[in-house]
Amino acid sequence: MNYPIIVDVTLREGIADPEGATIERALPALGFTGVAHVRTGKTFRFGVEAGSESAALETARSLAERLLSNPVIERAVARLEA
Amino acid sequence: MRVGVVIFPGSNCEYDAASAMSELGATTEFVWHTATDLSHLDGVILPGGFAHGDYLRPGALARFSPVMGALADFAKKGGAVLGICNGFQVLTEAGLLPGALVKNRGLTFLSMPTTLVVSSTRSVLTRAATVGQELVIPINHFSGAYTCDDETYAALVENDQIVLRYRDNPNGSRDDIAGISNVAGNVVGLMPHPERAMSTLLGSADGRVLLEGFASALADGAAFVR
Repeated sequence: MNYPIIVDVTLREGIADPEGATIERALPALGFTGVAHVRTGKTFRFGVEAGSESAALETARSLAERLLSNPVIERAVARLEA
Repeated sequence: MRVGVVIFPGSNCEYDAASAMSELGATTEFVWHTATDLSHLDGVILPGGFAHGDYLRPGALARFSPVMGALADFAKKGGAVLGICNGFQVLTEAGLLPGALVKNRGLTFLSMPTTLVVSSTRSVLTRAATVGQELVIPINHFSGAYTCDDETYAALVENDQIVLRYRDNPNGSRDDIAGISNVAGNVVGLMPHPERAMSTLLGSADGRVLLEGFASALADGAAFVR
């Protein structure tokens, strides 16, 4: 079966995110107040052919850690697309 | 002494690097990224550019080029390895150097001369320089801010692996780091471009002392022992 997967890659806590900081600084000018802790990241979508949901997630996690993210600076979370 | 300059799809500083090394007396050759044997070389340079388009993250896809397996063996045996700019990013992604390079503070592409301060001379790149020596060498990057966790940073300091620092930090690098080496000192990565600072006619000749050091490491039989 083909399982639709989503992988979210975000910067680890403590790693500077100048993009997120710039977005956050721009928000008040647009009238958005009370928005804080903006962090940017990437989302990947793909299908994994596997025998079970857990096997598909296992494959997704493995490739997310080896290729889609750099564990030194990023955290990758794989989930099944709802 | 024979130095190989690796070309990934998207490398663009390979001719500058080869020209600089030839000028310093090395026999240079280009090595396509699919090569799997580097054993005939005394040193390897990963040049600047945008390997594999820098897609995903700079260096992320280059890390899986076939040459990288051979490069890991070459480095383990003590061969001299130099990663310049994108080459530095590739070395960190491949785990041959610790830490990572992230987007510049201020989110601007920086192309300008910087003043570097030599912090350690126990690497194949800085062996001909002196600690505290200031060198004017240009940078040309978007993701050049060096970052690492506290444990890695403590190890870098402890092992004297920080080889070059910016005098005036242009990009938000941790502790002004411009270049680091591995523990043995035979693998070095830096964001500035010494191969573009080979002649006062082009702004600066301060890159020479670095690449002369690298060339002398090759002549000494590549293996660099502290």
